[in-house]
Amino acid sequence: MMMDVTGRVIGQTPLKAGYWALDVETPGVAEAAQPGQFVHVRVPGLEPVALRRPFSIYGAQGSILKLLYKTVGRGTAQMNRLVPGDTLQVIGPLGNGFPLAPQGLPLLVAGGYGVAPLSFLAGLLPVKGVVLIGGRTADDVLATADFERLGWTVRVATQDGSLGEAGLVTVPLDRELARLREAGVMPELFACGPDGLLRAVGERAVQTGCRGWLSLDKHMVCGVGACLACVQTLRRADGTEWIGRVCHDGPIFEAREIVW
Amino acid sequence: MSDLDMQVDLGGIRMKNPVTVASGTFGYGKEYAELIDVTRLGAITVKGIRLQAWPGNRLPRHVEVPGGMVNAIGLQGPGVDGFARDYMPFLRATGVPVIVNIWGTSEEEYAEVARRLSEVEGVSGLELNISCPNVKEGGHAFGTDPRTVASLVAAVRRATRLPLVPKLAPNVPDIKLFVRAAQEAGADALALINTLPAMVIDIETRRPVLANKVGGLSGPAIHPVAVKLVWEAAQAARVPLLAMGGIVGPEQAIEFLIAGASAVAVGTANFIDPTTPLRVLEGIEMYLRRHGMNAVAALTGSLRTE
Repeated sequence: MMMDVTGRVIGQTPLKAGYWALDVETPGVAEAAQPGQFVHVRVPGLEPVALRRPFSIYGAQGSILKLLYKTVGRGTAQMNRLVPGDTLQVIGPLGNGFPLAPQGLPLLVAGGYGVAPLSFLAGLLPVKGVVLIGGRTADDVLATADFERLGWTVRVATQDGSLGEAGLVTVPLDRELARLREAGVMPELFACGPDGLLRAVGERAVQTGCRGWLSLDKHMVCGVGACLACVQTLRRADGTEWIGRVCHDGPIFEAREIVW
Repeated sequence: MSDLDMQVDLGGIRMKNPVTVASGTFGYGKEYAELIDVTRLGAITVKGIRLQAWPGNRLPRHVEVPGGMVNAIGLQGPGVDGFARDYMPFLRATGVPVIVNIWGTSEEEYAEVARRLSEVEGVSGLELNISCPNVKEGGHAFGTDPRTVASLVAAVRRATRLPLVPKLAPNVPDIKLFVRAAQEAGADALALINTLPAMVIDIETRRPVLANKVGGLSGPAIHPVAVKLVWEAAQAARVPLLAMGGIVGPEQAIEFLIAGASAVAVGTANFIDPTTPLRVLEGIEMYLRRHGMNAVAALTGSLRTE
């Protein structure tokens, strides 16, 4: 059940360059939040008629909702100014989360701030697995300590080689998939990041014959399925296609559902 | 509450209060049902539908601009049968009048959609979309010539006894010509305004931001434009007016009523604050009390010009 509540900022921490962690007390929303769901935020400081901004949920503890975001535009730039005690309107939790009962060993694949819902997910999955985090540079690799604290194996790849191995995150991913195949272990993929990463992970889910859960990131307006701004062509099991709404029917889809 | 008469008869659509939502900004009602008590609305106006399901435009379909947004959704919808099957049960259960926005690519299609919806229980009226800027074949092509408006409204009039509310295009030289054309052809009420044709360019890539290249501007930026058109339309109208364009609170709605509207629709503001329609309703009631008026109808057309 989605709610429209007045959130109260508890604290905000700058992470690496341009990335922030924001804690907001959102009674009702935080308690109901599932990994992969998102909230739709009315950013204070923007003009009153500015559209809401969607943010995936980084975590939830009691009534405290945690967001991890990157400063990418004027909305997120205003969010940087939030200090404890500030209030903001929050609608959530929205959309469908990741499934929490994997059929295989969980492999989490994150790009940039895509670690946010995957960190939340790792804390709730019944099995510990491997998380692969990719970024352009070391500054784009976040939240590795979250996963280590939970006892997960962490692999890092950066395009410029400034942290972990050099290259795309699909390089260590392919190595993990090969290792599991040799060990006779079926993986289950969970990914959040740019479209290119999602597509690459989806292709590997199909090749491997395992399930692959992808979190789509599309520009949204209403966040509740009314405006049809964030649509995605999808495929049913019988092969017929339909147009889904990322905000309402997603943002998590199984790799085979997505018509790229 | 009981001391105020908030009822409006919008050309046969009997609304318990003058506040509805603008087509395309409220889905089919149920999308927002967890965030706002939709049973308190004067009517629910749903997203535009044509005879068959329609996929709409490619993405991006919207872009934020100062004072609003530009959209080119492209009238994606489930078609008449899908609408009746998937959405009418919820809408009927609300007990609120349902205004269905309809469109087509020919007079025959508009008439057929109207005929089919006349047989669907719970449909209270039809808003004729003759002014959507985002679909080449339908919508706007009909709305910018008074003769085609008259011909289309007459064709739909022959197909249904449901109240007909043509939604007029704002980008015409003289709105009164369209008001007269539509009402003489059998319109029961008129809705205005639709979005204003608009375009946004990404200067780094030098490409249009919207996949459709052009779209429709909505939001507070268009409100004064809409007030002027409603005021002009009211001078030629014999039928009630449903006004929309940039309402974010009660003040803009009250302006529309003073300019000559009988009812108002909240559009883009639903995306930002879904409770806006109820804030508007409560604000109109407070205004009437403050001004010693006991019926919202007394506000309609109460503009003082001397």
